[in-house]
Amino acid sequence: MMQTIRNIFHFHGGLQLDEHKSISTSKPIQDAPIPSMLVLPLLQHIGQPARPIVNVGDKVLKGQVIAEADGRVSAPVHASSSGTVIAIEPRDVPHASGLKGVCIVIETDGHDNAIATNGLTDFTTVSPDDIRARILESGIVGLGGAGFPSFIKLDPGKFAVETLILNAAECEPYITCDDMLMRERAEDVINGARIMQYALHAKHCIIGIEDNKIDAHAALQQALAGSDDIELVRVPSRYPAGGEKQMIYTLTGKQVPSHTRPLELGIICHNVGTAAAVFRAIMQGEPLVSRTVTLTGSAIPQPRNIQVRIGTPITELLSLCHANEDDIDRIMIGGPMMGFDLPSSDAPVTKTCNCVLATHKRDRIAPQASMPCIRCGECANVCPANLLPQQLYWHARAQEFDHIQDYHLFDCIECGCCDVVCPSHIPLVQFFRFAKTTIWQQERDKEKSDKARVRHEFRLERLEREKQEKRERHNRKKAALKKDSEKGDDPKKAAILAAMKRVQDKKSTAQPKPKNMDNLTAEQQELIKQADKRRADNQTAEKTETDKSS
Amino acid sequence: MLIAIITLVVIAAVFGLVLGFAAVRFRVDSDPVVDKIDALLPQTQCGQCTYPGCRPYAEAIANGEAEINQCPPGGEPTILALADLLGRDPLPLNPEHGEVKPDKTVVIIDEELCIGCTLCIQACPVDAILGAAKQMHTVIAEECTGCDLCIPPCPVDCIYIVPVKETVANWKWPSPTDDQQTLEAGS
Repeated sequence: MMQTIRNIFHFHGGLQLDEHKSISTSKPIQDAPIPSMLVLPLLQHIGQPARPIVNVGDKVLKGQVIAEADGRVSAPVHASSSGTVIAIEPRDVPHASGLKGVCIVIETDGHDNAIATNGLTDFTTVSPDDIRARILESGIVGLGGAGFPSFIKLDPGKFAVETLILNAAECEPYITCDDMLMRERAEDVINGARIMQYALHAKHCIIGIEDNKIDAHAALQQALAGSDDIELVRVPSRYPAGGEKQMIYTLTGKQVPSHTRPLELGIICHNVGTAAAVFRAIMQGEPLVSRTVTLTGSAIPQPRNIQVRIGTPITELLSLCHANEDDIDRIMIGGPMMGFDLPSSDAPVTKTCNCVLATHKRDRIAPQASMPCIRCGECANVCPANLLPQQLYWHARAQEFDHIQDYHLFDCIECGCCDVVCPSHIPLVQFFRFAKTTIWQQERDKEKSDKARVRHEFRLERLEREKQEKRERHNRKKAALKKDSEKGDDPKKAAILAAMKRVQDKKSTAQPKPKNMDNLTAEQQELIKQADKRRADNQTAEKTETDKSS
Repeated sequence: MLIAIITLVVIAAVFGLVLGFAAVRFRVDSDPVVDKIDALLPQTQCGQCTYPGCRPYAEAIANGEAEINQCPPGGEPTILALADLLGRDPLPLNPEHGEVKPDKTVVIIDEELCIGCTLCIQACPVDAILGAAKQMHTVIAEECTGCDLCIPPCPVDCIYIVPVKETVANWKWPSPTDDQQTLEAGS
């Protein structure tokens, strides 16, 4: 077999941790019932939040797009069961900050009516572009935890992809969702890998699986059924073997340099859960509406893996496993190493939520006060990214954010190995997270101030231009007035004069000269005289009347 | 002797031409120090430094007319960055020019009360207020620098200062030193 030939490389550092995995692998994956309410956050991935395209009161079907991708790095959100949209508002989301995020809330009707699907029988009949478009429409994001939209990571662009790596390490303690998925749906994973390989034009495809997953390895091997297009490689179980850069190094011996994507080395890494989701989306036309979640920890009486609809409130999962919420000390999303505390159990399961870890109050570990760093160097020995955590800590503590980047802060994968070994119990990873997010904020502030500078300069320019225009307008008006007065020929005045002249002329010609005035008798002349007199009298009377009235 | 003089004259002429050409070809339009200082200032354009905007203040610093501690929105990080750039000693922020705000803020207009007088629009240094005469005005929160220059001219006091809302996108992890101090105090 091919896996025996491949040379395995061992990454620096790492830890052998207690696995705690077998407690949740004894039972098969259970389908969770439809919850009464689904809370679907618009941001379940890295990038821009999705834009809602439904309104409150709308009826939706399972698999219907309720929010579409907004921007280049984004992913749509689908209704994971049928029902009515009852709210689009900020709700508790699984995020370390404990802040609320905008969610679409669906009251389910229990019928689970789905929209019509159009799966393919043979994916090679469509182009890789079409595959990527279908994956985007299906809302698939990296299910390993980071949640980067998968269609982008399936686009080789200008690079030639040598190797597609499927990451099946699942190195973090307690988490078994990928393990169980491979055991039960090995064919989905293998066929999903083939679709991904086709979309990427990848020459090789390797599945890297930790050597503690014997059953999953056997299931994959069975699903491969002797075909050699996909290589199945066992890697040593050592945390964090599932880190992207660590997995790439283990399998290929290539180190991904800082600020470089693996794609630039011709390597792409995807999670096995993502591969299974791709298979379902392409071959069955089913968008990402559910995922496998591990429910485990000392506060869960029946730890197991559950196929959960995205948007199911975590409190419903806890009651499904008969956990008593009063006994729970803390709930973590993700594993004990890289997970974060869930601020509220009302928060829903999202696309990136692989594990709900609930610890019992009796297992509570009091937080230990951190002591000064003694420079023992243990952290540097275990760092799988070859960093110097104590130097990073020093600069993060002093908030020297320029110097900290000289020590490659952004290569830190926050695996938590340094935290575990630190004899002084310094919360190193939290210092690094603090430093990273502060640097990001400074970058955002810088961007904003650059924008403000441009706007301010534009405003000054605009004010100057307006002033100039006003001055010009004023000058033009002044010049026009001057010209008119020089000419002394006001058209308005002339028009008035002309009108007055016309009236005058009309008046003077108003009394027509009577004809037949020759050879009149004296009597007739007397009558004319009398009439003239009467007319003259009338005129004077009129005149005095108008004078009086004016 | 003559050869030496001629050689030197020729060399001088050649270098003169080269320098003359370089002076024209690579001429710097504005003072690069001013640009560098301007790049470090927060661009709120609030005028608290007594200069009408960040660039005039940058020019004043470059000319030695102003101290580096007159920018309250920039606060200590800006003072340290300026001190580093100019090789001067860092100074504490001059309280005459105002205090550092604890949180980033923007302004909002109470649209019910706004009478549409356009005075705030004229005051805004970054054109972040939208509206027209006798029409309701509104602040484009994305563009607002939080300079608060629009507040004094408003005749009906309908502009309020609000802290920038923290979201999942702009949230940052707290420094563990705060937790640690409480832990140490407790133990």
